Amino acid sequence: MKTLSSKAAAAVEKARSEGRAALIGYLPAGFPDVPTTIEAALAMAANGVDLIEIGIPYSDPVMDGRVIQDATVQALAAGFTVPQIFDVVRGITSATDVPVLVMTYWNPVMRMGVREFASRLAEAGGAGLITPDLIPDEAAEWMAVSDEFGLDRVYLVAPSTSPARMRSTVEASRGFVYGVSVMGITGARTSVGAAARAVVDDAHAAGAERVCVGLGVSSAAQVAEIAGYADGVIVGTALVAALRDGGVPAVAALCKDLSTGTGKNPS
Amino acid sequence: MTDIHQPAGPRVSGAAPHAEIDSDAAEAFLSHDAHSASDHESLRHAPGPYFGAYGGRWMPESLIAALDELQETFEAAKKDPEFTAQITELNSTYAGRPSLLTEAKSFAAHAGGVRVFLKREDLNHTGSHKINNVLGQALLAKRMGKTRVIAETGAGQHGVASATAAALLGLECVVYMGAEDTRRQALNVARMQLLGAEVIPVTNGSQTLKDAINDALRDWVANVDSTHYLLGTAAGAHPFPAMVRYFHEVIGEEARAQILEQTGKLPDAVCACVGGGSNAIGIFHGFLDDPSVRLYGFEAGGDGVESGRHAATITLGRPGVLHGARSYLMQDEYGQTMESHSISAGLDYPGVGPEHAYLADIGRASYEPVTDREAMDAFQLLCRTEGIIPAIETAHALAGALKVGQRLAADLAPGEQAGDKVIIVNLSGRGDKDVATAAEYFDLLPDDSAEQEIAQEGEQL
Repeated sequence: MKTLSSKAAAAVEKARSEGRAALIGYLPAGFPDVPTTIEAALAMAANGVDLIEIGIPYSDPVMDGRVIQDATVQALAAGFTVPQIFDVVRGITSATDVPVLVMTYWNPVMRMGVREFASRLAEAGGAGLITPDLIPDEAAEWMAVSDEFGLDRVYLVAPSTSPARMRSTVEASRGFVYGVSVMGITGARTSVGAAARAVVDDAHAAGAERVCVGLGVSSAAQVAEIAGYADGVIVGTALVAALRDGGVPAVAALCKDLSTGTGKNPS
Repeated sequence: MTDIHQPAGPRVSGAAPHAEIDSDAAEAFLSHDAHSASDHESLRHAPGPYFGAYGGRWMPESLIAALDELQETFEAAKKDPEFTAQITELNSTYAGRPSLLTEAKSFAAHAGGVRVFLKREDLNHTGSHKINNVLGQALLAKRMGKTRVIAETGAGQHGVASATAAALLGLECVVYMGAEDTRRQALNVARMQLLGAEVIPVTNGSQTLKDAINDALRDWVANVDSTHYLLGTAAGAHPFPAMVRYFHEVIGEEARAQILEQTGKLPDAVCACVGGGSNAIGIFHGFLDDPSVRLYGFEAGGDGVESGRHAATITLGRPGVLHGARSYLMQDEYGQTMESHSISAGLDYPGVGPEHAYLADIGRASYEPVTDREAMDAFQLLCRTEGIIPAIETAHALAGALKVGQRLAADLAPGEQAGDKVIIVNLSGRGDKDVATAAEYFDLLPDDSAEQEIAQEGEQL
């Protein structure tokens, strides 16, 4: 895993130097509108989030559960278009040093052109991409272009990932490796389970310097549990629901609460 | 015919005839086909994962292990005589294979006077080609130790076939179907339930076939240890396109042997309808290395491709990735999948199998749109001239065959007769399910009948 000039790696390492796991917060762009996405992201940054993940609403989000699906359907119905992701990223990075990763299904990137997309993302100050339906096997163009523009490429590993694939995926990643906590899709779960720890241990054993865990994490207690073995914790659905139900103040309050769980050695 | 589905191995030379044709027919083939495939690489048995620039695995990592397991199981099964014998046995004693090749003499009079033969997949158990694939995949599910299959369906044809195979082989079956479709296809939902399947209405996204596939994929990620995703068409991530084609290759193998037997020569053209493209790739496969045989895929042109309301993916789509494969895709300028439209629910899909995208690009097969109206005209024509009610999907292939026949007849060499030309149409399904749609389309129902009320909602019985 290459660490050279990685904004995402720097954010995780900064948290580590402070004796904590990094807290990573997800929101979909354009939900309920672009200005609110930027405002909510900045509220995350001001309330303990170390790394911001912004999703591109897509017509066929096969890895997402109902809460995120509904939010992205609403964003698209309200007229969100893919190039607006660069406005969102620019709006956030111009106001905070907290890095911004974009989470996207691959077809919108392919449609714009991988190089064009990467160029515009870098220009907007983005850190890189999290790609839920792009595996390194199909990513030759993205590998080359992300090197050219110095962008992070965060691939996913899962409880089902074979040892050989774990090694090749870790090797292909830059920034951190996204450990999928359970076999399933996004959505709050009461328990994250033992599989998450095995994924993190396997990824570390395969050479990953930074492994962050996502899917199903919604409470400070879960954050605290995962912070015990992972380098970062990713929260998505719970934040989307907070924004839906309570607006930006609810996002800020939830982030503040979640960030209390990131300590590596809770007293 | 018992060995007709045995893999023949790659044909690197056009001089190697199929094992099952007799020597007279082989001679006829060779003399007819001066430019054999000898200087070309074989297109048959393409193993994937890539078909030129198409195919692959554009899938979440969580599912890669399951795709690997499926691929390994499939590759081992193909080499296992017990498995191929099981398939052959089920095909002949359960599905009703080989299906007939019927000459449609009266219908042919409307196709420029060329000879038209119908490959009668409508006569298979469950009424379409779909049974070929579901039996094969359900057997693979058993070999993998899976106890549950999931499937997507639009009109219900693949859902009914999946429920049938699951009932036969003792598997739990869950079918995802767009909520709108479950209302319009209430009788097909009942059919699946009678066969013991659970039907889950999909209320996500646009509530259409593509959303049913999305929900099936979400189910699969969460239940992959116990569950096989029984995908219904030759699309999706590797190994699905090559595997679904393998189970449908029997259509083309039979048709090729039958046409040689009945006419003594290869056909001039083979016509099939294309949604995802499984029936088309199945019949095309038998003729891929016969360069004299032109292959035509007919896509759903809906209200006309200029209307924007269609499902003509290859005609108007652009390459992209959806549901695990790179292929042609109906998408907007931002890469969002567009909704497709067709009177035929089975063709109403914004993607297409990757092998078709490749065959289109290299010019081996041609793909053309057929409008709802052209399809329904051909539907009525086959009913009246041959006493066969085709599926509305299939009617697109019939409409295309009329055009191909007329072109062949208009382009005869000196001394040739239209009757020397031969077209095979893959009659992929029967039209019983479409009676209400057709009755409404042709205004055959009394205004106050219950059937009319159902049909106005698009019921495909």
